[in-house]
Amino acid sequence: MTEQLKAIEAKAREELSKAGDLKALDDIRVRFLGKKGEITAILKQMGKLSPEERPVIGQLANKVRADIEASISSAQDSIKKKAAALKLETERIDVTLPGKAPRLGKAHPLNATLAEVEEVFLGMGFDIVEGPEVETDHYCFEALNMPKHHPARDTQDTFYINENVLLRTQTSSVQIRTMEERKPPIRIISPGRVYRSDAVDATHSPLFHQIEGLVIDKGITMADLKGTLELLLRRLYGEETQLRFRPHHFPYTEPSAEVDLMCFNCRGKGCSMCKQEGYVELLGAGMVHPKVLEECGIDPNVYSGFAFGIGLERITMGRYSINDMRLLYENDMRFLNQF
Amino acid sequence: MDLSMRWLADYVDCKCDVKKFCDEMTLSGSKVECAAKEGDYLSNVVVGHVVDIVPHPNSDHMFICQIDVGEGEPVQIVTGAQNVKKGDYVPAAKHKSTVLHEGKQVKITKGKLRGEASNGMLCSLEELGLTLHDFPYAIEDGIFILGDDCEKVPGMDIREAIGFNDDIVEFEITSNRPDCLSVTGLAREAAATFNVPVNIKEPTFKGIDGDINEIMKVEIHNPALCSRYMGGYVKNVKIGPSPRWMRERLRASGVRPINNFVDITNYVMLEYGQPMHAFDLRYVDGAEINIRNAKAGEKITTLDGVERELSEEMLVIADKNKPIAVAGVMGGEFSGIMEDTTAVVFESAMFDGASVRTTAKKLGMRTDASARYEKGLDPENCYYSLMRAFELVEELGCGEVVRTYIDCDKSDKVRKGVEFDPDWINGFLGTDIPAAQQEEYLTRLGFEIKDNKAYAPYYRIDIECGSDLAEEVARLYGYNNIPNTIVRGVANAKLTRKQKFDRTVTAAMLGMGINEITTFSFISPKYFDKIRLPEDSKLRNTVVISNPLGEDTSVMRTSIIPSVMEVLARNYSYRNADCYAFELGSEYIPVEGSVLPEEPERLGVGIYDTAGKIDFYTIKGIVEELLDKCGASGVEYSRPDENTVFGEVSAFHPGRVAVASIEGREIAIFGELHPETLENYGIGCRAYAAKVNIPELMELCAEQKTYTPLPKFPATTRDLSLICDDELPAAVIEKTIRKAAGATLESVTLFDIYKGEQIAQGKKSISYALSLRSHDGTLNDEQADKIMQKVIKALSEAGAELRG
Repeated sequence: MTEQLKAIEAKAREELSKAGDLKALDDIRVRFLGKKGEITAILKQMGKLSPEERPVIGQLANKVRADIEASISSAQDSIKKKAAALKLETERIDVTLPGKAPRLGKAHPLNATLAEVEEVFLGMGFDIVEGPEVETDHYCFEALNMPKHHPARDTQDTFYINENVLLRTQTSSVQIRTMEERKPPIRIISPGRVYRSDAVDATHSPLFHQIEGLVIDKGITMADLKGTLELLLRRLYGEETQLRFRPHHFPYTEPSAEVDLMCFNCRGKGCSMCKQEGYVELLGAGMVHPKVLEECGIDPNVYSGFAFGIGLERITMGRYSINDMRLLYENDMRFLNQF
Repeated sequence: MDLSMRWLADYVDCKCDVKKFCDEMTLSGSKVECAAKEGDYLSNVVVGHVVDIVPHPNSDHMFICQIDVGEGEPVQIVTGAQNVKKGDYVPAAKHKSTVLHEGKQVKITKGKLRGEASNGMLCSLEELGLTLHDFPYAIEDGIFILGDDCEKVPGMDIREAIGFNDDIVEFEITSNRPDCLSVTGLAREAAATFNVPVNIKEPTFKGIDGDINEIMKVEIHNPALCSRYMGGYVKNVKIGPSPRWMRERLRASGVRPINNFVDITNYVMLEYGQPMHAFDLRYVDGAEINIRNAKAGEKITTLDGVERELSEEMLVIADKNKPIAVAGVMGGEFSGIMEDTTAVVFESAMFDGASVRTTAKKLGMRTDASARYEKGLDPENCYYSLMRAFELVEELGCGEVVRTYIDCDKSDKVRKGVEFDPDWINGFLGTDIPAAQQEEYLTRLGFEIKDNKAYAPYYRIDIECGSDLAEEVARLYGYNNIPNTIVRGVANAKLTRKQKFDRTVTAAMLGMGINEITTFSFISPKYFDKIRLPEDSKLRNTVVISNPLGEDTSVMRTSIIPSVMEVLARNYSYRNADCYAFELGSEYIPVEGSVLPEEPERLGVGIYDTAGKIDFYTIKGIVEELLDKCGASGVEYSRPDENTVFGEVSAFHPGRVAVASIEGREIAIFGELHPETLENYGIGCRAYAAKVNIPELMELCAEQKTYTPLPKFPATTRDLSLICDDELPAAVIEKTIRKAAGATLESVTLFDIYKGEQIAQGKKSISYALSLRSHDGTLNDEQADKIMQKVIKALSEAGAELRG
C-alpha cells in the first residue's frame, strides 16, 4: 500500500507538471483527492490492514494528500500569475494618445483679474459694493464736485439718457451712494461697468470696467493711500513692483495723484513698450475732496479719506499681454479658451 | 500745451537738460506727454552758398550749381528749380542726408542727373518740413532762398541757421490749472520746481497822446458774464509779417503765423494765457462796443467764414447794430484784421467760463480762446496781457499805441486767504515737514503767508481750502517722499449674499464647461426683430441713449438673449466648431414713474456644437444642474404659456422650449432656438439658449444646505414599464408616481422611452426605476408590492397603463 501511495504521488506530480490551466488542475484535484479519487480509494481499503499498519499507512496517506494539495495550490498560483502577467501584457496601450478631460469652462480674463483684486481688498477689510449703471447726473457728477459746465466733464464724454440721467462714467457714483448710506469708518471697493462715448479701437471702448476704492475714517492720510496702493499693486504684479506717484487733478480729490508703474521691460529706463517714459500710467487717486464729504453729510473737519480708481481693462491687458481691447468683448472661443 | 524751450528760457534757467526738465516737471505736477526737437527728421542739411550756376548742357530746365558748403572746395549739385541765382544762400542736402518728401523722411545720396554729377539736393521749404507761414518771403515752388533773418554761414546746420532747432515739450495741463496754458505759467512752475528765480517783468510801453474815450466807447451790459473788459487802440498800423523770432515761437507752440497783429494776439495768449482779440475799428459801427447777450435771431459770420445763428443766452461783443464777435469764442469775419487795416482795437477781457463753454459747445466751435476761458481765468491778467500787446506793437514797430485805454472792471478785488496750518497739513499727508519748509514751498509758488493765512497769487484760481494748500506742499516736497503706511484699525469685510450667490452661479457654469463672456450692455433695437419679438413686446420699451455712437449701441438691453446670440453668431461666423457661453449681467428695464430703470441681474447661456452632441436636454440639464447647485428645490418644468414672464419666448422653437418654476414663479426659460432666430443670426446649426432670473432664484433658494442622514436599511428597487399617450408629459407621470408612492419613494429615474414597432400610433412606452426605502427597517416584498399597486392605480387614472 505504501508503494501504491508513493506511485499515486509520483503520478500526481507528473500530471501536475503537465497541467497548463486552472481547469486541468481542478481535474487533477478531483482525480486524486476527490471523494471518488485515488487516495480516497486507498483509504477505503484501510480496513484490510493490521492495527499496527493502519496508523503508519494513515499518516502516509494524509501526508501524500497534503503534498498533492500543496502542489496543486502552488501550481494554481503560478498559473494565475502567468495569466495575470499575460493580461497586463495584452492590455498595453499607447500612453501618448490624448487624454479625455471633462470640459471645464474658462472665466473671462476681466473677471478673473477682478476676482483677484477683490480677494486682495477683502483681505484688507474692504467691502464690495455695487450700484446702478444708469445713474443720475447728481451721483455721477454734481456730488463729485463737478457741477454742470465743469470743464473736467469734458474729459469724460458722457452718454446721456436725458438731461438728468446718464450712463455712469465712473463708479465713484457708488461711493457717493455708500457715503450717504453708511457712517464712517468706510472701507469699500466698487467694481463695475462704466461708459464713455469713445469709439471702439485697440485701446478704447465705449464700455469698460473700473474698480474704485474709498476709505473714510478719522486720521486717514495720504501716506495711507500710498501704502494701500503699493500693497495692492505688489500683490497683483509682484514684490519688486515700483510705483511712481505724481500730482494730477480730479475734481473729487485734493490732493490728487496719478500712479505709474515702472515699466517691467526696461525697469524705468524707457523703451518702446512704455513709449520711452520708463513708466506706464496705471490709475488715479487722491484724498477725498472736503466738498464731496460735505455733500455726503460727513464732516471734513472730523473725517478724512482717500479714493482711487483702477481701470480693469488696463491691468487685465497688462497681466495677459493682450494688445487689443476689442478681444475682451468679442468673446471668440479661441480667445477665451486660452485662459 | 506745446512749450518752446527757447521761449521758456526768456524767463527761467532751469540749469538742466530737456530730459531732466521733463522728469522733474512731471513729478511736480506738470505732466510731460513728450519732448521733441524741431526738424529731427533732417540730417546733414547745411547752408550752401551758390558760388556758380550754369544751365545743364543736356536739359532745358535744369541747372548745375557749385555750392560752397563750408568744406573748402564747392560741391556740384544739379537742381531743377528756376529761382536760384549766383550768390544766394540755400539749404543744401549733402550726400547721405535726410529730408522730407511728401511728409516722409527720405535719404539723399549722390548720383548723376542727365550725365552730370549731383552730390546732393537743394531744398524747398516743404522739404525742410516748413511752409510759407514760417518764411513768408519764400516762394511756393522753388528752392528756399535764405533771407536776411537767417544766418548765412556756409556749412552751418540749416536748422540752426533758420532757427528751426527748438526743443518742444508737450504738457498735459489739467483743467484746474489754466494758468499753465501759458509760457509764463510754466516758467513759474519750472522756477518753483527747480528752486530758481523767475524773471517775468511787467510789460511797459511808451504810447502816444490821445484820449481813448474820444475814439471808442465800451459798455458791459451783463457783468455776471463779463467781469472785466479792457480795450486799447493802435493807429497808423502797418500790417505785415511778424519777425522770425515771433514766427518761430508761434510755430513751436503749434500756432500758424498769419500777420503781425494776429500774431501778437496769439503770442500774448500763449505767453500770458489770456485770449486776446484784435479787430478793425472801421467795421465797428458807431465805434461802440457793447458786451451783451445776443438777441433772438441774430446771426454772425465768424472768422472761419461760417454763418452762425445766435441764441439769447450767448454773450456777444456788438457794435451799435450787430454782433462783431462771439465773446470768448471767435471773432466775426468782417471786423477781422485785413491787409489794409490801419486802426486796430485790442480786446483783453474776462468772460464767464461756464457761459463760454455752453456757447462754444452749442455752436460746435471750440477754439484756443474758449478752451482757456471755460477753465476760468483771472481778471487781473487782462491788464498784463493788454500791456504786453502794446509793448509788442512798439517792439515790432507796426503801429502807434494810444496811451490811454479803456478798463471796465466789475471784478471782485478781495483776496481770500486760506488758513495755513502746517500741523494739519502734516496730519493730512502723513508727513513731518517743518512749518518753515512748508512756508518756503508756498512762497516759491507765489503765495503770501500772513497771519496764519496763505494768499494765493492772482493767477491761481484753484486754491480754495486747506487740502489745496496740502497739495501744493506735497507736490514740492515730492509725492514719492511721502511715506507708505497701512490704514490703521480693524475692518470686517464680507461678501453679501448676492455676491456669494453670483460666485456660486459662476462656479457652477464654469464647472459645466461653459466659458464666461463679457458683452456690451447696449444693443441695437433691431436685435429685437432678430429674436422675433412681437411688435408689442414689453421688451421693446428700452432705456434709449440720446447721443449714441451708432444704432448698434443705442439702447440698453432689456434682454440678455440678443447679447448671447451675438456671441453665438460671431463664433459661428469664425467657424469655431462649438461655442459654450454664459454671461452674468444686467438688463435695464424702464420703470414707469421712476427716474432710474431697474437693473436686474440675469444669467444668459448660449450653446451650439457642430459635432452635434447636444440637444434640448443638454440645455435643460445645464439649467437643472445649476438650480440644484444653487440650492433650489421643488423646481417644476413646463411649457411656457401665454402669460409667461419671459418675453423672449418668441426666440425659441415652440415645441422645444420650457420654463422652470419654483413655488409657481417662473425663474428660467430655456430651449432650442427658433430656426428663424438662427437664420437671422446666420447660424447654420441647431443652437440652444437659456436665461435665468438671478435675484428671483436667489430669493427662492435655501441659503443654507442641511445634511440628510445616510440610509441605514437597504433599498428595494422596482421597475415600471408604462404605455401612455405620446402627449402625456413625463413630468406628469413622475409627479403621479411621487404622489402615490409617498415618503417611501427615494428616487424615480426614467431609464427608457420608446416609440415605434409594437407600440400603437400616438402612444409611447416609458420606463422608470423606482427606489423604495424606509428609515424604520428593511421593506419586505409585501410592503413594496402594496406601494407599487397604489402607484399603478394612480398612473392608470392619469392615463398611463402598465405595459403587458
